[in-house]
Amino acid sequence: MTGSEFVQLSLVPLVIGVLAAIACALPGNFLLLRRQALIGDAISHVVLPGIVVGFLISGEVSTWPMLAGAAGSAVIAVVMIETVRRLGRIEPGAAMGVVFTSLFAFGVLLLEHSDTSGVHLDVEHALYGNLESLIWLDGTSWSALFDGAALANLPAELPRIAMVAAAVAVLTLIFWRPLKLSTFDEGYARTLGLPVSLIGFALVVVASVAAVAAFDAVGSIIVIAMFICPPAAARLMTDRLEHQVIWSVVFAAIAAICGYVLAGYGPLWVGASNAVSAAGMIAVVAGAIMALACLFGPHRGTGQTVPQEDS
Amino acid sequence: MTIAENTALELVAANGRPVRHTDLADAPLAVRELTVSYGQKPAVFSLDATFAPGRLAAIVGPNGAGKSTFLKAALGMVPKLSGQVIVFGQPLAAARHRIAYVPQRASVDWDFPTPVIDVVLMGMYRQLGLLRRVSAKQRDAALACLARVGMEDFSDRQIGQLSGGQQQRVFLARALAQDADLYLLDEPFAGVDAATERAIIDVLKAIRDEGRTVVCVHHDLTTVAQYFDDVLLLNVHKIAEGPVGDVFTAENLQKTYGGRLAAVHIDQLRLDPQ
Amino acid sequence: MFETLLDAFLFRAGYNAALVTVGTTLLGIAAGSTGTFIFLRKRALISDAVAHATLPGVGIAFMVLVALGGDGRNLPALLAGSALSAWLGLLAVQWISRRTRLAEDAAIGAVLSVFFGGGIVLLTVIQTMTTGRRAGLEEFLLGATAGMLFHDAVFIAAAGLLVLTLVIALRRAMTLVAFDPGFATSVGISVARTDLAMMALTMAVTVVGLKLVGLILIVAMLIIPPVAARFWSDSTNSVVWIAGLIGGTSGFLGAALSASAPDLPTGPIIVLVCFALFAVSITFAPQRGLFAAMLRYRAFHRHVHRRQGLLALARGEEILDPVTVSVLRKAGLVRRDGVATEAGRAQAARILRDERRWDIARQIHRDEAVINRQDILRPIEDVLTRDEIAEIDRRIGPPEAVPS
Repeated sequence: MTGSEFVQLSLVPLVIGVLAAIACALPGNFLLLRRQALIGDAISHVVLPGIVVGFLISGEVSTWPMLAGAAGSAVIAVVMIETVRRLGRIEPGAAMGVVFTSLFAFGVLLLEHSDTSGVHLDVEHALYGNLESLIWLDGTSWSALFDGAALANLPAELPRIAMVAAAVAVLTLIFWRPLKLSTFDEGYARTLGLPVSLIGFALVVVASVAAVAAFDAVGSIIVIAMFICPPAAARLMTDRLEHQVIWSVVFAAIAAICGYVLAGYGPLWVGASNAVSAAGMIAVVAGAIMALACLFGPHRGTGQTVPQEDS
Repeated sequence: MTIAENTALELVAANGRPVRHTDLADAPLAVRELTVSYGQKPAVFSLDATFAPGRLAAIVGPNGAGKSTFLKAALGMVPKLSGQVIVFGQPLAAARHRIAYVPQRASVDWDFPTPVIDVVLMGMYRQLGLLRRVSAKQRDAALACLARVGMEDFSDRQIGQLSGGQQQRVFLARALAQDADLYLLDEPFAGVDAATERAIIDVLKAIRDEGRTVVCVHHDLTTVAQYFDDVLLLNVHKIAEGPVGDVFTAENLQKTYGGRLAAVHIDQLRLDPQ
Repeated sequence: MFETLLDAFLFRAGYNAALVTVGTTLLGIAAGSTGTFIFLRKRALISDAVAHATLPGVGIAFMVLVALGGDGRNLPALLAGSALSAWLGLLAVQWISRRTRLAEDAAIGAVLSVFFGGGIVLLTVIQTMTTGRRAGLEEFLLGATAGMLFHDAVFIAAAGLLVLTLVIALRRAMTLVAFDPGFATSVGISVARTDLAMMALTMAVTVVGLKLVGLILIVAMLIIPPVAARFWSDSTNSVVWIAGLIGGTSGFLGAALSASAPDLPTGPIIVLVCFALFAVSITFAPQRGLFAAMLRYRAFHRHVHRRQGLLALARGEEILDPVTVSVLRKAGLVRRDGVATEAGRAQAARILRDERRWDIARQIHRDEAVINRQDILRPIEDVLTRDEIAEIDRRIGPPEAVPS
C-alpha cells in the first residue's frame, strides 16, 4: 500500500477508530468500577431510537441532532430504568434489560419503517458501523494534511468524534475528584455535599454521547467492547486509578489500530481479496488484549477484597 | 422554618458543676419530630433529641431500633417523612461543612484502586475543590491524620490489603482530615480488634477535649459508661437522653430493650461504671 | 385493516402467517417461563451474553456446511453451531468472573461484545465468499419470518414444547436454588447442576428464537415477561405461569399484528407488544403497581402525620411541622388557629392511651414477634388479646382526657 493510498483510504478511519475507542474507554473506567458495566450494554442499545429520531427530524446522518437525540434517549432510558427498579424492587440488570430491549426494538421498527434509502442508515450499519467507508478522497498524499482545501473535505465524522473525544477527556480531568470520590464511597461523598445522583447521571449521559459519536465507526453494539474491554484489561494491570485510566487509553488505541489493520490487510496477507469488518475486528482485538490481561496481568488476582477480622 | 424559642438545656458535669446553658441554636445537632420509614415500617418515629457541644455521646438501642437511620437522616442520606434536622442552629445544607461522617465499613468497594493516603485526602475535598493541586502542606496534614490513628506506615498500601481494624482507622483519619466541629460515627467499634478499639477511643476523646462534638452509634453496652459522656436511648421512639450517669439506668435499659435484655445482664453493666 | 387483523388472530391470514404465529406463541411461553428463573437468580442479563455469543457459531457452522458441499441453509446444523459458541461464551463469562477480580457484569459485557464482534467478522467473510447469494445470516440478527418452511416450524414447535416440559419438571429445584443456594445444597440439590440446567434451557430458548425474532430481540422475550409478571404476584409458581402467559400473548398478538401489516418486521412488534403488557402491569397491578403504591404511600404519610400531631396535642406540645397541622386540619381535628376540636381531643386521648399501652407492652412482653408488630398502623387492640390489654391497663390507670 503506497503512502498516498494510505492517506486517502486508511488514515482517517484509523484516526476516527482510535478517537472513538478512547472516547468510550474513558467513561468506561468509572462504569466498570461502579459495577455498571452493563449500562454500557444498555446505552449502546438505547441510542439507536435516539439516532433514528434525530435523523428523521434533521434529514441527514452526520449532524448534531443525532447526538442530541441520543442524549435524550439516554435520559429517558435512565429515568425508566430507575422507575422500574424502585417501583418493583427489581434488580438493576433486569430493569435495564426491560428498558433497553424495548427501546432498541422501537428503534429497529422506526428504522425499518422509515425511508432511509437515501443515506447509509440501515440496520447493519447501526449494528456494526461503517468505518471502512470513511475515506478522504482529497487526501492524495501526506502533504494534503497541510492543504486547507483538502482538509475542508475531510469526512464530517472526523471533527465530530475529535470534538467529542476532546470534550470527554477534558470533563474527565475537571471532574476527576468528584468522580473518584462518588465511585469509591457514595454515602461519604453525599455527606460532603457532592451531588452524587447528578454525577452518576452525568456519567451515563457523557457515555451515551461518546457511544453515538463512535456509532459511525463501530456501530451501536460493538461500543460495549470499547466501554468494557480496555478498562477491564487496565484494571488488571494496576492498583491505582490514575494508572488504570492511562492503561485503558493505551489499550483502546492499540485495539483500534491493530483491529483496523488486521481487518483491512489481514485477508490480503492470507491470500483473500476482500477486507473484513473493521468494527468486528477491533472488538476481537480488544477482547484478545483483555484475555491476555486476565491471564498475565500483574493485578488480576482477586486479592484481599474481604477485610479480615482481627482476633 | 420555625424553631421553638428559648428552649434551654442545662447540663451538669459528673462532679455536679453546671457545664453550660445551651440554646437550641448552639446545639451541634438537634432533631424535632423526626420520622423516617422504610416502606411501611417506621425506623424512627417522632424523635426529639438534642446533643450538647463538646461532649462524647452514644446512641444506643437494639437492632433495628433506627440508630443508623437516625444518623443517615441527620446527614440527609435518607429522606425523612417528617420533622426537622438542625445543625449548629441552621438547616443541614448550610452547616454541612462542619460535619464529618465515619460510615460502617460495609458501604465501600474495597477493590477500588486507591492507596490509603488518597482516601485520607478525600476528606480535604472541600478545600481542594475540582482542580487545585494537593500541596505539600496538605499532604503532610493527611499524613498527620494517619499518624494520629497509627497508620502512617501504611500510606501507600491499597486499601483492600488492610485488615478490618486498619480500614476503620483510615476512615477515621479521613474524617479527621475534614477538621470538622461535629463527628458522626456509625458503630466505629464493630468488629475491630482490641488495639484498634483503644486507638479509636483515644482519638475520639482527644477530639472532644479540643472542644468538638462526637456522636457515635454504639453497639456494646458494656463500654458505654466507660467511653461516653452522654447517651441517647433509642428504640424507634426516644426512651431517654442525657448524661450517662443520670440516664443509663436499669429502668431505662429495660424500656429500651424490652424483653431482650435479661435483668442479670443489666446488673452486670452496673458493675464498675468507671 | 381491522378485518385482516381479525383474520390474523384466527389463523386465517395465510399459511406462513399461521405457522409464524404458532411458533412465536410457543416461543413466548417457553421464553417467559425459562426467563423467570434467571431473573429470580438475579442474572437476567446473562441471556444477553448468550444471545450475542451465538453469532460466531452460526457463521462457523455455515462455513463448515458450505465446505462440506451443502448450501449452508440447514437450520438444525446452524442452530447447533450457535449453541456451541453460546456455550463457550458462558464458560468464558464464568472463567473471567471467577479467575480475576472483575465482576460478573464486566465479564458478561466483554463476552457479549467480543463474541458478537467475532461473529460480525465471520459474517463479512461469508458475504465475500458467497457473492450473489446473500447468506441470509443477517436474518439471525433480527429474525426473518417470511418464507418459513413447515419443517422449520415443526422443529421450533417441538423444541419449544421440550423446553416447556423441562421447565415444569425442574421448576422446584430451580426455584430453591434461585432463592437460597445454601439451603438448596443442604437438602441435596446440586446448585452447580441446576444452574447448568437453567443455562442450557436459556440457550435452547435463545437458539430456537434466533430464526423467529433474532438474537438481539430474543433477550427481550426472556426478560420482559418475568419482570412484568413479578408485579402481579409474590409466589414463584404464579410468576412463572404469568410470565409464560405474558410471553405467549405477546408472541401471538405480535405475530398477528405483523401479519396484518406485512411491511412491519415481526420481531420488534412482538417485543413492543410485550413492553406494552409490561407497562400495563407496572401501572395497574394491585399491590406492587404504580397507582397502588402511590395510594398506599399517601395513606401512610397521612397516618404518620396524624398520629404525631395527635400525640403532640395530647402532651400539650407545640406542633412545628406545617404538613402535620394541615393533615389534622383536613381531618377536622384542629381548628384554623391550631386549637384542638372536640373530635381532636377525643382522638388525641385515644392515641395517647395506645402509645402508653405500647410502652408497657414492650416492657412486659419478651416475645419479639409482638414487639416487631408495632408498626403504628395498627392499634394495640389488633395485636394483643383482651386480657393482655387489661393487664396493661391495670398498670397505667384509667384513660385521661386531653385538656382543651
